[in-house]
Amino acid sequence: MTTHTLSVLVENKPGVLARVAALFSRRGFNIDSLAVGETEHPGVSRITIVVDVEAGSLEQVTKQLNKLIHVLKIVELEAGSSVQRELLLVKVRADAATRGQVIAAAELFKARSVDVTPDTVTFEVTGNRDKIEAFLEVLEPFGIKELVQSGTVALGRGAKSMASLSRYVSPNSQQ
Amino acid sequence: MSTPVKAPKPGPQAAKAGPQAAKAQPARPKAPRPAPPLGAPAAAPVLTGAQAVVRALEELEVEAVFGIPGGAILPAYDPLLDSEKVRHVLVRHEQGAGHAAQGYALATGRVGVCMATSGPGATNLVTPLADAHMDSVPIVAITGQVASTAIGTDAFQEADIVGITMPITKHSYLVTSGEEIPRVLAEAFYVAASGRPGPVLVDIPKDILSGTAPFVWPPKMDLPGYRPTTQPHGKQIREAAALIAEARRPVLYVGGGVVKSGAHAELRELAELTGAPVITTLMARGAFPDSHPQHLGMPGMHGTVPAVHALQKSDLIVALGARFDDRVTGKLDTFAPEAKIVHVDIDPAEIGKNREVDVPIVGDCKAAIAAMTEAYADPGKERLKTWWETLDDLRGRYPLGYTDIDDGLLTPQWVIQRLGELAPEGTIWTAGVGQHQMWASQFIKYEAPGTFLNSGGLGTMGYAVPAAMGAKLGQMDRTVWAVDGDGCFQMTNQELATCAIEGIPIKVAVINNGNLGMVRQWQTLFYGQRYSNTNLSTHHSEASPRVPDFVKLAEALGCVGLRAETPDEVDAVIQQANAIDDRPVVVDFTVGPDAMVWPMVPAGVSNDEILYARDVRPNFDDEGEI
Repeated sequence: MTTHTLSVLVENKPGVLARVAALFSRRGFNIDSLAVGETEHPGVSRITIVVDVEAGSLEQVTKQLNKLIHVLKIVELEAGSSVQRELLLVKVRADAATRGQVIAAAELFKARSVDVTPDTVTFEVTGNRDKIEAFLEVLEPFGIKELVQSGTVALGRGAKSMASLSRYVSPNSQQ
Repeated sequence: MSTPVKAPKPGPQAAKAGPQAAKAQPARPKAPRPAPPLGAPAAAPVLTGAQAVVRALEELEVEAVFGIPGGAILPAYDPLLDSEKVRHVLVRHEQGAGHAAQGYALATGRVGVCMATSGPGATNLVTPLADAHMDSVPIVAITGQVASTAIGTDAFQEADIVGITMPITKHSYLVTSGEEIPRVLAEAFYVAASGRPGPVLVDIPKDILSGTAPFVWPPKMDLPGYRPTTQPHGKQIREAAALIAEARRPVLYVGGGVVKSGAHAELRELAELTGAPVITTLMARGAFPDSHPQHLGMPGMHGTVPAVHALQKSDLIVALGARFDDRVTGKLDTFAPEAKIVHVDIDPAEIGKNREVDVPIVGDCKAAIAAMTEAYADPGKERLKTWWETLDDLRGRYPLGYTDIDDGLLTPQWVIQRLGELAPEGTIWTAGVGQHQMWASQFIKYEAPGTFLNSGGLGTMGYAVPAAMGAKLGQMDRTVWAVDGDGCFQMTNQELATCAIEGIPIKVAVINNGNLGMVRQWQTLFYGQRYSNTNLSTHHSEASPRVPDFVKLAEALGCVGLRAETPDEVDAVIQQANAIDDRPVVVDFTVGPDAMVWPMVPAGVSNDEILYARDVRPNFDDEGEI
């Protein structure tokens, strides 16, 4: 089992996420992370899926995904040749005694404090999975009250784009 | 750099052309190809959604719709009453509508259409949709939905049919405005019929059927993500042709894709040019004539000994529109261990799904087979001599056959064989699922594609009668025989009322062994003859009369009911049934319950373990010589 990041361009239509997710769940593949958003063209969305499967199984799922009418293009993004980021919001216990240490730790990770109370600080940080995990490890001793993580979003490095969306979008596509 | 995941890659033209891409494959089911809109939108008439549905069906040259009205779909039935082009066939159960649409599609090569209301009407279509999905049958199901504002409120007769059918349709639509109707229907028909055919569901809320919108025809289709690859890759074709020329034990493994693409003539040319043996799967019976000397019959769990052995010992399997189903391969790990694989399929996801492939060819079978024939340089048939000697020896020693069981009842295999022998030329056959289906595949001779329609992938009991109804409606001048079992027949026989009233004179042979025969066979072989819940009591006995009496049932449904209980009655009754063409006919053949389907590869074991009859393993004593 290895971790794979798929970037899937889809038509921005109702039900498309359900169709994509169903193909994974039918085979019992657990999606590690999922992020969906509009692209530079509102008619097209990009779904970034991180999934832990064997390469052969992934190929079959990818082929099945390609059969979905609303799927435009699929690319597997390799860690080395793409930029992959997650967003973390984390609420840490921080009283007068520990606040200084907590903030110092956060600075090392270029985390921003976005909310402060007498007992807690909430940080916002972006990074790849390793960085997020390392940050959480550092905060752990202070006491993490709650956290939320986004799915991974990723783009290939270099000048090329994954697809020219104008090729896919016709004038009467849903805007 | 990113690594593109392998996907079907059409040329830029195909992507742009979209609908026109179907031109390259004239034998596939006809897909509508609306051109861009011509006149100004102002010229478009304003229609109700319901009128738009009927107009679109007329424009798509639909001649028959099988369905049942109900609350949410009611508006669509009003303009349907006035349509002179679209005939609506009022069925008795929505499942019948779906299978009828399948039978119609397979018999005509056109898209079959069924219609149902929301909720239970729509959920009754689930089985035929799943069946059409598994067997790649082009049908469009139109369902009414509760009003847009009521969706998601658990309204009366509400079911999320788009959600329910997502994994069993090729595509589905929930219509959100009246303007969409012509485009959605045009796309639905195009998607259903092109590429690997399949079912498409169009769900239309009642308020949209009742509301009005401009009707623009032809609509502009918008399917940027749909680009089926039909033209095979030349390099792979040449590799495949070279492998066939080198092979000493080649087999052409023919599946339903060859029938769907109308590639039977091309197949015959390739087979005769290469001299390779041909086997046809359950979905491909008729794609290659049974009378052809190169034909070894059907592979798989109930395949012929030579067909199963040929695959198993082959050094090159050329799979044509077939999908290495578990019923064909047996235990996959031990399937054809020495064979290289050339796999031709229009669906890239089938290639390499079950068996690793040496030469993958994505494309339409018709084009691919023709191209292989063209690229093939024949090295002479001498290299196949030993192979054919082995196979001919097996054919001689292990022909399909059966033994009569001395129980005073008819032998089912013999009845089915006689049905085949006495049938008028051009007869179309349908079958349910079970023993009778396997015997219909084994003991009726199929010479042309599209003459044996049955439920292969899903194995849907009850398929035969409604599918026969659809097939007959599409081919009124041909005889249509449904070979059914007493179990299957009791699932969908109410459609005989439809046939009687609508003037669709099908013929049904109920191979009545009083039991769920295939299940009983497994109980005999694998459950110590403990017959749990397989006796259907459709035989006459001292203890109970026939329940039901199929002759009386047939008469009650407006059909002619006949019965044959002794061998000397069989031919006469079949001839009597064949002579009736103004009403549906049902013949109750009272057959013995102990006949079994042979040969058999028990589930989950290697094809090497094929049994020719109970406890009889074929003697493959010449294996070492090949």
